[in-house]
Amino acid sequence: MIQLNEELSTEEKVIIEVQNLKKHFDMTKGFVKKTTTKIRAVDGLSFKVYEGETLGIVGESGCGKSTTGQLILGLLDATEGHIYFKDKDIAGMSQEELRKARRDLQVIFQDPYSSLNPRMTVEELIGEPLVVHGLASGQALRDEVMQLMKLVGLGEHQLKRFPHEFSGGQRQRIGIARALALKPQVIVCDEAVSALDVSIQAQILNLLKKLQREMGLTYIFIAHGLPAVRHISDRIGVMYLGRMVELADRNEIFERPLHPYTHALLDSVPIPDPLFRKEHQLIEGEIPNPSNPPSGCHFHPRCPYATDLCKQSDPDYLEVFPNHFVACHYPLSDKNTNVLPEVIKTRKDK
Amino acid sequence: MTSTIERTAIAENRNYGKRLGKLGKRLLKSKTGLVGLSIVLVVSLMAIFAPFIAMYDPAKTDVVHRLLPPFWAEGGNMDYPLGTDNLGRDVLSRIIYGSRISLLVGISSVILAGIIGMFFGLIAGYYGKIWDFIIMRTVDSFLAIPNILFMLIILAVLGPSLTTLILVLGGTSWVVYARMVRSETLSVKERDYVRSAKAIGAKDFRIITKYILPNVISSFIVIATLNVATTIIMEASLSFLGLGIQSPDVSWGLMLSDGRQYVATSWWVATFPGIAITVTVLGVIFLGDWLRDILDPKIKD
Repeated sequence: MIQLNEELSTEEKVIIEVQNLKKHFDMTKGFVKKTTTKIRAVDGLSFKVYEGETLGIVGESGCGKSTTGQLILGLLDATEGHIYFKDKDIAGMSQEELRKARRDLQVIFQDPYSSLNPRMTVEELIGEPLVVHGLASGQALRDEVMQLMKLVGLGEHQLKRFPHEFSGGQRQRIGIARALALKPQVIVCDEAVSALDVSIQAQILNLLKKLQREMGLTYIFIAHGLPAVRHISDRIGVMYLGRMVELADRNEIFERPLHPYTHALLDSVPIPDPLFRKEHQLIEGEIPNPSNPPSGCHFHPRCPYATDLCKQSDPDYLEVFPNHFVACHYPLSDKNTNVLPEVIKTRKDK
Repeated sequence: MTSTIERTAIAENRNYGKRLGKLGKRLLKSKTGLVGLSIVLVVSLMAIFAPFIAMYDPAKTDVVHRLLPPFWAEGGNMDYPLGTDNLGRDVLSRIIYGSRISLLVGISSVILAGIIGMFFGLIAGYYGKIWDFIIMRTVDSFLAIPNILFMLIILAVLGPSLTTLILVLGGTSWVVYARMVRSETLSVKERDYVRSAKAIGAKDFRIITKYILPNVISSFIVIATLNVATTIIMEASLSFLGLGIQSPDVSWGLMLSDGRQYVATSWWVATFPGIAITVTVLGVIFLGDWLRDILDPKIKD
């Protein structure tokens, strides 16, 4: 754990920079009287990803984390903002440029049952990226595929099989091999282990870590819970309703969460001890409708500490500690006591 | 190196052999598939080898022996096993020859319609937007016109012939495929594996041919086989109305139409071609059902 942090602190090179990214989906309702509502799936997102690191992005369903992943991959067009991959703006690329950029940007999907074409054999699936980019053919292709299969822990005898003949974990290995075929620099793991059994999750996470060490990969690891990304991430960002509410180093975010939402996410982690009863500070309610986000701070209707200020004005996303960003008017200080810092308490009483 | 190549080659051969064996086994297991395949094979062989099987020239008239009943009925004999029609033509020989045109029309117009419909369905479903609008509104207009009326008009203008018949039947039924393929495409293109194809940088052509097409083909085949059946019946209806196949050519539909007048007195003239149509259509449907199953790699045994 410590070792990873040390690695991070030495010379960081930004590989992806997201600037004020927005993605609005138009929803048309009604036939006679058409009303168009905007779903603000991603609404003003900015962050950096450093080369060789794993950035975990967590948040509830509907917070826009998967959309962010797809925007970075260029699978969706951004409404506004920029995504710089090594100084090139993905958001402004033509289809053809994107196609070429995809040699460096790959994805591992959440559901290994739906992300592999059921009509292709493993050999075709893993070899396809190489064929598409004209990188190998014939025996060279076959050798490369075998090498990839070995790399992810699949056997040669499975070459001619179809995806449905595999278990979930094995399928995810096929998906990983497919993503690795082009020797990318960045891999977006869109809930890459959420659909798997816990024991298999660990296997896949270890495999991903091993590959990262060997190939110097950068991961953007999207998940819905903090524990899922703790094992693998160097830094973790928490998203809420299309925005980043907190971003910090992995240990920092677990030990000193500043945003009430991060707090609540940490509190919601079950502790495997039947006798343990903790004072829950659970947040109530559902994630608000992204077509009609609350005024001010988006989190205020569910926040136990919300004040009038929160209802009126949107907090800035600030670096409150070195490398620790948070968007909150009243950042919390101590996770264990839930005590508000004195300054904020007095502000709240007013 | 060579050993690897050899090994994979051997493995491949074994694999294909195994697959073929599996296919045979599955065919034996599926009774409907077996029945369907046999019927279609028999009818196809009949069509191909018609001159060798048929006892008479289908157009040869023998007025002396007109309206002879089949051999088991009173007055029938083995010279004309299924009897003769109003001009003394041998019903059995005509059915054998008729299979040629019925199958030809049925299959080629379905292939024609299938190709057109598949193409437009894929384009409309995959590209959406303006393409979808143009194609689907065209499809709607086709559907709004009664089929028979439309065909009658075109056939009346162009004059009935085998080619126009195929063109007309194919040109009106493609809409069914276009609609079906479009809706399937819409659902398939949102799947993760299509996204994964985009993510690896595959071009549209590859995505359509390798990802969408194979995953919509099974429903397509079912509809297509069903349509072979409807087309054979359609051809029969058009011939029945006098706008299909013209004498001296013969098709089952034409025979049905010719026999219509004599149904009350000589039932066999219309009944046997009718049975031929029914049995063939059933065979094609059975075969289609079975084909759909084997084309899906997920359904095993």
